[in-house]
Amino acid sequence: MKRMVILGAGTAGTIMANRLRKLYKRQIRAGEMSISIVDQDNQHVYQPGLLFVPFQTYTPEDTVEPRRHHIHEEVDYVTGEIDRVAPDEDRVYLSDGRTLDYDILILATGTRVVPEETEGLTGEGWHEKMFEFYTLEGATALADALDTWEGGRLVLNIVDLPIKCPIAPLEFVFLADDYFTKRGMRDRVQITLVTPMDGAFTRPLAAKAFGDLLGEKRIELVTEFNTGEVDGPNGKLMSWDERTVDFDLLVSVPLHLGAAYIGRSPGLGDDMDFVRTDPNALQANRKDNIFALGDATNVPTSKAGSVAHFQAEVLEENIRRFVAGEELEPAFDGHANCFIETGHDKAVLIDFNYDVEPLPGKFPFGGVGPLSLLKETRRNHWGKLAFKWVYWHMLMPGRDLPGVTTRLSMRGKRRGDLPKLERHPVQGGAPDTGASKEEAHVA
Amino acid sequence: MTATFAGHQVDVDHEGYMQKPAQWNKEIAAEMAREVGIETLTERHWQVVEFVRSRYLETGSAPSIRSLGKESGVPVKELYKLFPKGPAKLAARIGGIPKPRGCI
Repeated sequence: MKRMVILGAGTAGTIMANRLRKLYKRQIRAGEMSISIVDQDNQHVYQPGLLFVPFQTYTPEDTVEPRRHHIHEEVDYVTGEIDRVAPDEDRVYLSDGRTLDYDILILATGTRVVPEETEGLTGEGWHEKMFEFYTLEGATALADALDTWEGGRLVLNIVDLPIKCPIAPLEFVFLADDYFTKRGMRDRVQITLVTPMDGAFTRPLAAKAFGDLLGEKRIELVTEFNTGEVDGPNGKLMSWDERTVDFDLLVSVPLHLGAAYIGRSPGLGDDMDFVRTDPNALQANRKDNIFALGDATNVPTSKAGSVAHFQAEVLEENIRRFVAGEELEPAFDGHANCFIETGHDKAVLIDFNYDVEPLPGKFPFGGVGPLSLLKETRRNHWGKLAFKWVYWHMLMPGRDLPGVTTRLSMRGKRRGDLPKLERHPVQGGAPDTGASKEEAHVA
Repeated sequence: MTATFAGHQVDVDHEGYMQKPAQWNKEIAAEMAREVGIETLTERHWQVVEFVRSRYLETGSAPSIRSLGKESGVPVKELYKLFPKGPAKLAARIGGIPKPRGCI
């Protein structure tokens, strides 16, 4: 009897459980295989929806469904808090003392925001004039605050990287521009995006495109700002190098870390509790029967649902190979695909991977689309709204999306005169001690 | 791409980060530091540079600013005084390791 244990029943874990259930249904029914999935609660938040909660496009209730409801009944659902993984014993310890033994372990516990790591952020003024929208509670509190706000300086601050859904801060300021315009108070609101990056986005073409959009929408951009401290009562953000930005309303994207149990599991994670993972095979560096996908890994691509979906397809094949005793396929290419809401019922779509930055063109079918890449269109906006249905009814059950390939496709993309991208070793790989090695691109 | 520091030819990326840590030495570090505006590497600078370098060689990734502040023995505020603008990036550059992962 082979025992597979999946930790985390969010986007990545749910897709993985349902795909593996389908792959091994005969073995499961014959009692030769079991699949268990562990989560601490039964509340699956549709995370792309959190962006819409502060602006009252979605109610908080619109974004939540029971986790169990989206996982096939032949998968065992375990509710419990994870204390640690003991890789040498092939065992998971839960906080209440229960243990789960496994032959194959899949880590899909995502990332969490840790506002208390930034001095002053959760102090006086937290949830009064300082908010975050990466949790349902935070997004809901912010909706209430925006509803009665009279205007002033709205500052969106990215504290540190990496963050989940790296384009969400841009979307937030674009939607804020739209929201205050529709309320007839845009002239009373000054919007500023404060980021540790040196531009609006990390890849050159996208940084330029989004930088231009910010300008058009009269949104100020402050770059290379590394937040050291927040002073709620006086409304000041302070950087480590002693610059300040004043705010009346702060929307913080707090520090992100991996799940706390990773740090309690010897050798599993990096210094931010993200699982050290092979960026192409999705096997944990720690031990060969541990795999990881989704936001939980340290692989150098976006922390986004689309990535979890593409990784699940690769990982399903690699787990099949691992069970069959075959060599793993290093097939994951860093593929990410994101809709970016730009306000006024328009959106931009980007499609990229470890090596290819977001390019203009059509998606998913070259020449036809129907979606446009790196360009604001209404159709992209409707695509984003329709995505909620796709998420629950196609992605979670583990179905493939028509026309959307696991690996990035160059069909429909226009390369033009592209700046040549740098190449250097990815984090998580072996240290390069002098031997020449071509590895994946890191943004 | 190669570049010459203190008379040593080394492999670098287009931003000047060394690609082969084994090619590094302290003279290279001192010259790289001057190029980014740090005239003299003090003992405190070296403490950070050596921490960053050994962490990379041990684990394959450069430490984040957060763990630099917690584990290098130099508090974050001082890190920004020693390496203005970007301690994690500058210490990696001077320590002869590839540019830390910028994230997307």
